Amino acid sequence: MIEVSKAEATNREVLEEVTILFSGDSGDGIQLIGDRFAYSSSVKGNDISCFPDFPAEIRAPAGTTAGVSGFKLCFSSEPILTPGDHLDAMVAMNPAALKQNISELSDNGILIINSDSFKEKDCVKAGYQENPLKTGELDRFRLVEIPLTQLTLDALSSLNLPRKKALLCKNMLSLGVVCWLYERPIEELENWLDAKFGKQHLLSEANKKALHSGYNYADTIELFDAGFRVPKANLPKGRYRHITGNEALALGAVVASIKCKRELFFASYPITPSSDVLHSLARYKNFGVKTFQSEDEISAMGAVVGASFAGNLALTSTSGPGLDLKQEMLGLAVMAELPAVVFNIQRAGPSTGMPTKTEQTDLLAALYGRHGECEVPVLAPSTPADCFTMAIEAFRIAVTYMTPVIVLSDGYLANSAEPWQIPTDEDIDGFSVANLPAQSDGALFQRCPNTLARSWVLPGQKGLEHRLGGLERDYDKGAISYDPDNHFKMVLTRKEKIKRISQDISPISADEYSGADVLVVAWGSTHGALHTAVQQLKSEGYAIDHLHLRNLNPLPEGLGDCLRRYRKVLVAELNLGQLNSVLKNHWSIETEVLQKVSGMPFKIDEVYQHCKQLLTDNSQ
Amino acid sequence: MSIVEKIDVVTKLSKADFASDQEVRWCPGCGDYAILAGIQKVLPELNTPKENFVFVSGIGCSSRLPYYLSTYGFHTLHGRAPTVATGIKLANPELSVWVITGDGDALSIGANHLLHLLRRNINVNILLINNRIYGLTKGQYSPTSEQGKVTKSSPLGSISGPVDPVSFALNAGATFVARAIDKDAKGLQKILKQAAEHQGASFVEIYQNCHVFNDGAFEAATARDTKDDATVQLVDGEPLVFGSKDKKAIVLDGLEAKVVSVNTESLPDNALVHTTGSDNEAYDALLSSFQHKGLPLPVGVFRQLRKPTYEQGMIEQQQSSIASQGQGNIEALLTGGSYWFHE
Ligand code: SF4
Repeated sequence: MIEVSKAEATNREVLEEVTILFSGDSGDGIQLIGDRFAYSSSVKGNDISCFPDFPAEIRAPAGTTAGVSGFKLCFSSEPILTPGDHLDAMVAMNPAALKQNISELSDNGILIINSDSFKEKDCVKAGYQENPLKTGELDRFRLVEIPLTQLTLDALSSLNLPRKKALLCKNMLSLGVVCWLYERPIEELENWLDAKFGKQHLLSEANKKALHSGYNYADTIELFDAGFRVPKANLPKGRYRHITGNEALALGAVVASIKCKRELFFASYPITPSSDVLHSLARYKNFGVKTFQSEDEISAMGAVVGASFAGNLALTSTSGPGLDLKQEMLGLAVMAELPAVVFNIQRAGPSTGMPTKTEQTDLLAALYGRHGECEVPVLAPSTPADCFTMAIEAFRIAVTYMTPVIVLSDGYLANSAEPWQIPTDEDIDGFSVANLPAQSDGALFQRCPNTLARSWVLPGQKGLEHRLGGLERDYDKGAISYDPDNHFKMVLTRKEKIKRISQDISPISADEYSGADVLVVAWGSTHGALHTAVQQLKSEGYAIDHLHLRNLNPLPEGLGDCLRRYRKVLVAELNLGQLNSVLKNHWSIETEVLQKVSGMPFKIDEVYQHCKQLLTDNSQ
Repeated sequence: MSIVEKIDVVTKLSKADFASDQEVRWCPGCGDYAILAGIQKVLPELNTPKENFVFVSGIGCSSRLPYYLSTYGFHTLHGRAPTVATGIKLANPELSVWVITGDGDALSIGANHLLHLLRRNINVNILLINNRIYGLTKGQYSPTSEQGKVTKSSPLGSISGPVDPVSFALNAGATFVARAIDKDAKGLQKILKQAAEHQGASFVEIYQNCHVFNDGAFEAATARDTKDDATVQLVDGEPLVFGSKDKKAIVLDGLEAKVVSVNTESLPDNALVHTTGSDNEAYDALLSSFQHKGLPLPVGVFRQLRKPTYEQGMIEQQQSSIASQGQGNIEALLTGGSYWFHE
């Protein structure tokens, strides 16, 4: 065990918040150190927001910009909603990472680079004509060159590790440097490494050594003029954990199943970025969860429909082209009126698109992507933690109204973590399967007068044997029917059933949205950037509000009136205006659209500038 | 209701108890009538409460069958019945789940799903009703139609050759594989019963005559004067002998099967003796290729193996997780992993 210099740097500068990017090759272990530094920041009491951004290829060609993996983290002494636009500090493990991200680093920002990986050939591979360390283009930053590779090899020389293995620890050395810089206790990370490597003592030892060396190096050679301190944030007291959107969806599903006392059946086919939902749920077998990795997307949805028919709480998750393949079975679930939930983690499309990049381009597919008159409720969580709430809400709606429900998350929500105050069992509203089984054959297809839901009668219930199917059925008796009037009635009934959900969700508050110059309307993962930009404008005296929709079908009551109270409505989405077209279709109002379809989330500044322009135009 | 009472009720059921109130709408004379009757006859004998039967189908003439049974039923989507049946069985392993499918449904659009249901060995009974034609869409060639088949969609003859359902199922690793014929009511019922009682995925190909679009497809195997020479009955532990007047046996000659006449009581040493319990793929391949090689069509149970079912594995994993981690609750779920206190 190495002695860590505990001598506290006396001259720590206090900052309100810091945004840092860890970047390197996708094989450099960037996500690991980013994620862990985020956790350390939370444990220290900061609020955090992060954005992991990585290539779809497991190992794109090393050293090229295509293979750059980045983990952006903001830790703050104030409550925050996004990782911010500009970087205060950046770790670049190679020239490609530098090239890819340097434009985000603020002037005078700290730039830590691995000087061992800036040889001529490395620079050429990254697309630099000249070595950027020699051109003076980095002079406006506080450049800190560290021979990370050599230092790691030196630090681990006594362990006799193969060179390749030893080099894998250089991410830990860089993490050690950053820990010194931002005053992170190293003991907590040691414990984590011990737990992570378990019985592989040598690896654990090597990683700890590298971590210490980085910390000591920064300390002893006074790498930086000063270290920094970001004080604790003023968050509500309580128990917290980190949660990503995908974890939150998984937890929400399990809680829904415990609350309504139905086993959870989850079928899914692995697809980026939704696979972590499958990974999470596969670990919860002792909670009565059944997970089924199906042969394809269609089969997953088919199994969900079957499990729902047999009485389980049935769930699938998907992304990208997977949603297309779910649509056929969603139609059957609509026709058979069976509860089911689809978590669709949107990604850049069409087709294979950019699997690891985020987008909100599936809204219209979720609303209208099936043949026939085939509506389903659509929900959209707005933060990683909100994914938990909306997962439960999706199941509540599904079993209350006997309908499949689509939840639209996205790549950004899926992978970014935030601190989450852990609710207790009592904090979480439960729901029950209210529609009791019908008692006689005649009443089998009767509907609840309020919700219009039919009864969820399960195979195994004596005397209630019946047949379901994709064919249109008679309104009263449930037998196959080709009667024109009956079909019309059934179409309208199914539509009305979905519409009635709007009585059962929070309306738009007229007090909160009483009217102003501009209303920014949006949904999903864009919440943080939009809210931050709008708050900033409000604090500057502008008359602007932000309305973030979590129910996209049916829309909440009071929305139309709300929209009309504003002089301008700006619909901001990571698509070409899909929610916008829905709103215009409902209320034929004038709107403006802020589009972005680049695979990246909104930046606060681009929203701020756009709104400001709109506000200024408005006042003329 | 106690189990004793349930069994009591079960034993009282008869064929008529399984007829639904729906009017049967197949063409008069369709082979599906006989298959429906066979199923209705067998169900009361299975010692299963009526409410525990679930019949799942895809799309096609035969997939209408669940509507004509008074059990729980689900008429799903083209080719997708195995997926829905999988979900039903995994959600409630107590149920007796049946898939009714046709040659187009199971082997064209749904072949992938069928393959995976079989290899997983989910305890579901699959009845593939093969008429070698698309009936519901009015007569296009199917994936089991013979090469060169002239139909509305192949006026110059179909270009591709057929897939053999039994070979498909054997190669997919099904633990119960059989072939039956609509016109052989007794044989059909016997096989249906064995399929139902088998623990694991059971696959039964049933030859069915669609006299409207593909009449006589199985004529040789069903006509009184030809069937004994055109088919060989598979009986576990018995030699492969057949023939109406002259008794014939099938022998192994090198790697090929051959027919020889046997005039005496004793069979040649190289006569093939059928076994349903061997895991010998070479034998399976040989047996399922007979009809393509001018040898008689095997009818009966090709294979029956005892292997753990998927749902058993699923339940065991659940139980072992509960044993090692304890029954989960919301508190344990939400605090799982690491958390901290913000003071
Ligand atoms: S078309 Fe053929 S298979 Fe279909 S119902 Fe008529 S006879 Fe039977």
